[in-house]
Amino acid sequence: MRSLALVLLLSIAGGALAIDKAAVDKLAFGDGDERIAAIGALVAEADPRAVEVLKALGEGEMQTAGKRVLIVRGELGIDAFTGEKVAPLPAEREDVVANNRLRGAIGDALAALRLLSPERAMRLAAAKELATGVDASMLPLVNKALEQETDAGIRPLLELVVASMQMKGGDKAQRLAAIRMLGESTSPNSKTLLAEAARDTDEEIRGEAQKSLRAVEGRLAWGERFGLLFAGVSLGSILLLAALGLAITYGLMGVINMAHGELIMIGAYATYVVQNLFRAYLPGAFDWYLLAAVPAAFVVSACVGMILERMVIRWLYGRPLETLLATWGISLMLIQLVRTLFGAQNVQVENPAFMSGGIQALSNVVLPWSRVMIIAFTGLVLTGTWLLLTRTRLGLFVRGVTQNRDMASCVGVPTARVDTWAFGLGSGIAGLAGCALAQLGNVGPDLGQGYIVDSFMVVVFGGVGQLAGTVYAALTLGFANKFLEAWSGAVLAKIALLVFIIIFIQRRPQGLFALKGRSVEA
Amino acid sequence: MMRLYGPKAWIALGVAAVLISVLPHFLSSYWVTLIGKIMCYAIVAIAMDLIWGYCGILSLGHGLFFALGGYAMGMHLMRQIGREGQYQSDLPDFMVFLDWKELPWQWWNTDQFWWAMLLVVAVPGLLALVFGYFAFRSRVKGVYFSIITQALTFAAMLLFFRNATGFGGNNGFTDFKRILGFTITSPETRAALFAVTGAVLIATLLLARWIVTSKLGRVLTAIRDAETRAAFCGYNTVHYKVAVFTLSAVLCGIAGALYVPQVGIINPSEMSPANSIEIAIWVALGGRGTLIGPILGAGVVNGAKSFFTQAFPEYWLYFLGLLFILATLFLPQGIAGLAQRWKDKRV
Repeated sequence: MRSLALVLLLSIAGGALAIDKAAVDKLAFGDGDERIAAIGALVAEADPRAVEVLKALGEGEMQTAGKRVLIVRGELGIDAFTGEKVAPLPAEREDVVANNRLRGAIGDALAALRLLSPERAMRLAAAKELATGVDASMLPLVNKALEQETDAGIRPLLELVVASMQMKGGDKAQRLAAIRMLGESTSPNSKTLLAEAARDTDEEIRGEAQKSLRAVEGRLAWGERFGLLFAGVSLGSILLLAALGLAITYGLMGVINMAHGELIMIGAYATYVVQNLFRAYLPGAFDWYLLAAVPAAFVVSACVGMILERMVIRWLYGRPLETLLATWGISLMLIQLVRTLFGAQNVQVENPAFMSGGIQALSNVVLPWSRVMIIAFTGLVLTGTWLLLTRTRLGLFVRGVTQNRDMASCVGVPTARVDTWAFGLGSGIAGLAGCALAQLGNVGPDLGQGYIVDSFMVVVFGGVGQLAGTVYAALTLGFANKFLEAWSGAVLAKIALLVFIIIFIQRRPQGLFALKGRSVEA
Repeated sequence: MMRLYGPKAWIALGVAAVLISVLPHFLSSYWVTLIGKIMCYAIVAIAMDLIWGYCGILSLGHGLFFALGGYAMGMHLMRQIGREGQYQSDLPDFMVFLDWKELPWQWWNTDQFWWAMLLVVAVPGLLALVFGYFAFRSRVKGVYFSIITQALTFAAMLLFFRNATGFGGNNGFTDFKRILGFTITSPETRAALFAVTGAVLIATLLLARWIVTSKLGRVLTAIRDAETRAAFCGYNTVHYKVAVFTLSAVLCGIAGALYVPQVGIINPSEMSPANSIEIAIWVALGGRGTLIGPILGAGVVNGAKSFFTQAFPEYWLYFLGLLFILATLFLPQGIAGLAQRWKDKRV
C-alpha cells in the first residue's frame, strides 16, 4: 500500500517536471495565435504546474524578467517553469497582459482541466460549461478526459464537446463523423453548429450536415412544442387567477368592479410588506415568507373589497353603468394611495430560494419553478373556490342570491350580508393573484391596470355566472395567445385576440357557457 | 328655430358666439389653448351625452373616435411640414428615422386638405357604423357593450403603438409647422382655430338639441327607458342605435381634428381606456340627458385637471376618483339637475 502511494507521488512529481518550456515561453512572449496554441499544449500536459501557470496569467500575476517567466504574488516570486522560489525579485520586470480572447481561452482551459477532477459533480459542471462552446485547442485534453471517463452521465456530454470541436477543426473524415455524432444530440448548440456546417463549401459535408440538422430539428421541435404548451398553461393559469375573483363579483353578483386590478395590486403590495417584515425580523425564515404572505394578501384585499362594498357599491346595485364609473374612481384613488405610501417606483419582491431555478424537462425546455408553483397554486385556489361555492352554506347563499335575489330574501337569506361576504371573497382571490404575480415580475402602482381588460375578457368570453366557463376561457386565451405570439409577435397576438373576442361576443353574447333563462331582457 | 330654444337661450347663445370671436384677442396664449382644448372636449361630451344620456348606451370607445379624427388631421399637418423637418425630406421625420423610402398606403392623398377632412369624418364614422351594426344587431347591450368598446379601444391603442402601423408609434405626430399655409403657432392662427372650435361647439349643441327635440330623439329616449317595449311598438331599435352611435363618433372625430392643431401633438396614449372613461365622468358630472350639462362637466373637470396637475399633481387622482364616486352616488342628475332642482324650489 505504501509503495503504491509512493509510485503515485513520484508520477505526480514526474508530471511536474514534464511541463513544456517552449509553451510557457510562447505564452509569455508569443503573439495571439501562438499563445492560444500554447494554452492548448499546456492543458494537454494536465499537471498541477500548468494549472498554476494558466491561473496566474488569467489573474494578471505573470511577469517577465529578461528571458525568465515569473509568477509574482506581492513580494513573492516563483519561476513559472521550474516552480522554484525566486528571491530577490529581479528589478526590471514587465507584466504579461492577457486580452479578452486569451482570458476566454484560459477559462475554457481551466474548465477542461476540471474534467479530470476526481469529483463527479465538478466533472459534470465542467462538461456542461464546455458544451456551450469551446476553442478547438482544447481537443487533446478533452480526448484524454473522454478516455478516462466512465460515468454514463458525463460521457455523452464529452462526446458532444469533442464532436463540436472536430466540426470546426478536424480533417474531413473527422468532421463527417462529428456531424453524424451531432445528429444524435438534442442540444440547441449542435443545431447552430450544424446550421453553420450546412453552408459548408464541401458538398459531402453539406449534405451530411443537412441530414443531421433535420434530425436535430425534428427532435428539438418536440421540445419547442412542449415549451409552447407549458407557456400556454402558465399564461392561462395567471389569467385564471386574475379573472377568478372577477368571475365571482361580476359573474355571480353582476357588479362591474373596475377596481379589480387594484385589488390585485394591493395583494402584491401586501406580499411586498410581508417580505420586508420577514427580512427585518426573521431573516432565518426568509424562504418561508410566502406562507405568511398568501393569507396576508387574501385578508388585506378582502378587507379593502368589503369596505368598498359597504361604502360605495352597495348603493349602486342594479345600476351597472354607475357601478362601473364609481369603481373606476375607486381604482384611481387606490393607485394614488399606493403611490403616496410606497412611492411611484416599482418595488422588488424576491423569490424564495426554492422557487428559483427550474426543471430541465427536455434538452431545450426549462420549466421555471416559479411558473410551476403558480400553476399548482391556481389549481389550489380554484379547488378551494369551487368547494366554497358548492359545499358550504355561504356558497349556497351566494348561488341562491345569484339565481333569484327576491326569492332568496323571502326564505330568509340575509342578502345584504351575503353580498358583502361574496364581494370580500372575490376581492380576496384578487389579492391571491397579486401575491402570485409578485413572484413573476416587478410590483408597481400600475400593476393592476394591465390586467383589468384581460380579466374582463376572460369572464365575458367564458360566460357569466359559471366558474367552469372562466376556467375554459382562461386556458383557451392563454394557449391562443402563446401560439399566436410564436407566429406573429406579442402585440399583434394580443390585438388579434381582442378582435376575436369582440367578434365572438357578437355571435354569442352569453359567452361560452351560459345560464339558461327565459327572460327577453336576458 | 323656436322649437329648439326660447328667446332667452338664443340671446345667451348669441352672447357666447360674440365672446368666442372676441376673447382670444384679450387672453394670453395659455388661456387660449386651454379654453380651446376644453371646447373640443365639450363637443365630445355632447356626443357622449347623445348616446349615453339620451339612448342609455355607455360607450367606452369615444376616446378612440376622438383620436382617430386627431390622427387624420395630424397626417395632413405632418405633410404640411414639407421639407422643413429635421431631415429635410419629403417624408415625415419618423419615416426617415425608420428608413422608409415612400409613404405607406394609409397616407395616400393626405396632402390634400379636403381628403384629410373626409378622413376625419369617414374613419370614425365607418368604424362606428360597422362596429355598432354588428354589436347592436346581436343585442349586445349595457355593460357588455361598454366592455367590448373598451377592448376595441385597447386593441387600437396597441396597434397604434407599433411603428409598423405607420403612424409614428409611441411618439405619434408633433412639431407641426403650418395649417392651410398659416404658421400654426402665430396668435392669429390660434385665434382663428379658437373661433372655429367655438363655432363647431355651438353648431354641435344646436344639432344635438334639434335631434333630441325631434321624433328621433323621442324614440332614442324610449329605447333608453324600455328598449323591449320600443321594439314591440314596431321601431327597429338597431337602426336608431347605429345611427346615433355613428353620429356620435363623427362628432368625436371632428373634435379630435380641432384638438390636434391647438395642442400640437397626438399620440396613442389618447386612446388609452382611461381617457374614454374620463369622458363619461364629464357627462355624469354635468348631467345626463341635458345638453348644457356635459359642456359644464367637461369645463369643470378639465379646468380642475389643469389646476391640480400644476398646483398639486399628487392630489389630482384623489380628486378625480372622488368626483367619480360622488357624482354617481349623490348627483345622479349632475350639476344641471342640481341647478334645475334649485330653480324649481325658488318657484
